[in-house]
Amino acid sequence: MSGRVLVGVKRVIDYAVKIRVKPDHTGVVTDGVKHSMNPFCEIAVEEAVKLKEKKLIQEVVAVSCGPQQSQETIRTALAMGADRGIHVEVSGKDYDSLGPLQVSKILAALAKKEEAQLVILGKQAIDDDCNQTGQMTAALLDWPQGTFASEVSLEAGKVKVVREIDGGLETIKINTPAVLTADLRLNTPRYATLPNIMKAKKKKIANMKPADLGVDLTSRLEVLRVDEPPQRQAGMKVETVEDLVGKLKEAGKV
Amino acid sequence: MLRILQRTSRLRRAPRHLCLQSPASCTAQFLPVGSQRPPPIWGSAQLVLFSHKLHNGTDQSPAAAPERRTFSRVSEDDLAFFRKILPGRAITDPDLVESSNVDWLKSVRGSSEVLLRPQTTEEISQILRYCNSRNLAVNPQGGNTGLVGGSVPVYDEIILSTSLMNNIVSFDNISGILTCQAGCILESLSLFLEERDHIMPLDLGAKGSCQIGGNVATNAGGLRLLRYGSLHGTVLGLEVVLADGRVLDCLATLRKDNTGYDLKQLFIGSEGTLGVITAVSILCPRKPKSVNVVFLGCKTFEQLLKTFQLCRGMLGEILSAFEFLDSECMRLLNTHLKLANPISACPFYIVIETSGSDPSHDAQKLHNFLEEAITSLLVTDGTVATEESKIKALWSLRERVTEALTHEGFNYKYDISLPVERIYQLVTDTRQHLGGRAKSVMGYGHLGDGNLHLNITSPAKDPALLATIEPFVYEWTARYHGSISAEHGLGLKKRNYIYYSKSSQAVALMGHIKAMLDPKGILNPYKTLPDNLK
Repeated sequence: MSGRVLVGVKRVIDYAVKIRVKPDHTGVVTDGVKHSMNPFCEIAVEEAVKLKEKKLIQEVVAVSCGPQQSQETIRTALAMGADRGIHVEVSGKDYDSLGPLQVSKILAALAKKEEAQLVILGKQAIDDDCNQTGQMTAALLDWPQGTFASEVSLEAGKVKVVREIDGGLETIKINTPAVLTADLRLNTPRYATLPNIMKAKKKKIANMKPADLGVDLTSRLEVLRVDEPPQRQAGMKVETVEDLVGKLKEAGKV
Repeated sequence: MLRILQRTSRLRRAPRHLCLQSPASCTAQFLPVGSQRPPPIWGSAQLVLFSHKLHNGTDQSPAAAPERRTFSRVSEDDLAFFRKILPGRAITDPDLVESSNVDWLKSVRGSSEVLLRPQTTEEISQILRYCNSRNLAVNPQGGNTGLVGGSVPVYDEIILSTSLMNNIVSFDNISGILTCQAGCILESLSLFLEERDHIMPLDLGAKGSCQIGGNVATNAGGLRLLRYGSLHGTVLGLEVVLADGRVLDCLATLRKDNTGYDLKQLFIGSEGTLGVITAVSILCPRKPKSVNVVFLGCKTFEQLLKTFQLCRGMLGEILSAFEFLDSECMRLLNTHLKLANPISACPFYIVIETSGSDPSHDAQKLHNFLEEAITSLLVTDGTVATEESKIKALWSLRERVTEALTHEGFNYKYDISLPVERIYQLVTDTRQHLGGRAKSVMGYGHLGDGNLHLNITSPAKDPALLATIEPFVYEWTARYHGSISAEHGLGLKKRNYIYYSKSSQAVALMGHIKAMLDPKGILNPYKTLPDNLK
């Protein structure tokens, strides 16, 4: 099956960075903080590039919605093997309130415009943990969805997806075009090698605005307050069982 | 000239005898006027003779411990004193003392029965004053991550741990000067500084356990020396307790102070034999806004060297690390630590780190360098990381080689300084010399500093193999005017090899200084200085 795969990549705060809440509790500090591609999006890109290397699909298009810096994230996808990129520019207040609903509208519009066979996304982003964009995109397109994919195989006109679910693994077969979301064990993303990093600088990234796709960015959510989780209290060591019972009684637990 | 002798007392005489006898030969080797290199310490004939005597002249290996000196043994009265000044922190429970008796490599074990954990300089002063009067030997101990057996007792020396002295005293944000107690763990200091937009001027694989006092006492080098220099330059002041308990306060926080002899330099690298460092003031650089790590693969060492030259030319002012490892190291990382190779298999790998103040400028410089390196075919493969998580992943490939080695069998470790062009030649020559007798021979290290970590492994400790490796490696190093211990120090294991890299006049003067500062020799005995010193 030849065709085009759309991969969504999100720019998030790097997972190794210590997160700090803004003093006004409206969000977390992002200025001057190291950002990188969402790890699950990396896995999505890797899967798309693998499909291309197996000659099962023809073109991988990386998409990101966000401010100017999102272009770096697209470049990383290009360095991993994506063919071209699309940067949907969203900045300022619009970016602060950008969530799965708006992004899924954008991706759905792009999937139609680009005549994509597959839309592959990460299962969730590590900053908001929403796990909604893939599902919403599929619903807006009225396409089947294979979420939490740990194994993907393409067959004529269909995709076989092994899904990680609470009870174990579930295997489904869905028609294309479809939306897939990548789970941790789908693959191990490659390091972008130098020749590809150099090539990526020459690949095209198209620019557009949500309005160009007819998407309305109004959010139905309002963030009231952001707080750090309560500090973990230090534990206490006791010498004997009697001590333990005594301390539990003191704390009113027994 | 010299007969093969059996007692160490004769060994004591030998090198001095050699040097007195052959000043003529030494000068005969003198290099032409105008040459930059100093005269070799040994003419090649004398070198072979000295090392032959060192390695075959006595029954045991030069690295083995000497006989116990006539220090007092710890008595109940002594314990009562320690318990009085360190309530709850004078430890005699064998299970608790055990881990402080063994080094990180599990290669040397002492039999100390007392572990003291002071919290203040005053407590250390009282302890040393007492031990000096009682003629009790003391082993200062920080993070116990040293690799030459210098951090653990040889016999029953009292272990003086700085682990509880982990307070940060002050930090000046404008000058970047940090003052702290000697027991602060390097990684903790790094985290503290990161929140204040600074970093420590040194970084090493042992950062999670090593303490700054120990780092200073061993003049630790590490991964950032290329950029920020050695502790001799970045340490601005020290507080040291001397052998008799006197507190020497040289804890200045000044960048420039030319008032008299710079005493702190004596203690930096003294390995706990001249005094116990209790506080450090150190100059810390600003945290770079832009850090990039590049992992490259080269086909030959010549290409690696050319890449280094290219790197210095095109990345110069932003270069903060240039490390290398060979394919054997990569094999160990893959096998024992399950760390995957991020690029294709190559004979040599380089880790380059850049640190600068402007991400776009640095990205441009890096891009130009990489383009040049690829088009001129110096580099066959590589990858770049700008994200924190990926940077950590690439660095771990270099930082965890030491750890991977411990899983491969018994390690013979050599930390050698050589002219950069010669670094890998030692590895290939050693491989050839050993034939198939060793399990593996590998090299890695701080190429930018001319520092090779040569490692040989065998399934179990093998004296015959050791006899083939030594003195070959040391003689080779001395022949090229290198150092037999670039950054690890001498400790217990390498104390007798000092003459390969230092003249006997120099070592004699070291002995005088030791005798002056520690007349009873109670501070970290059996270490750093050779046995044959009077």
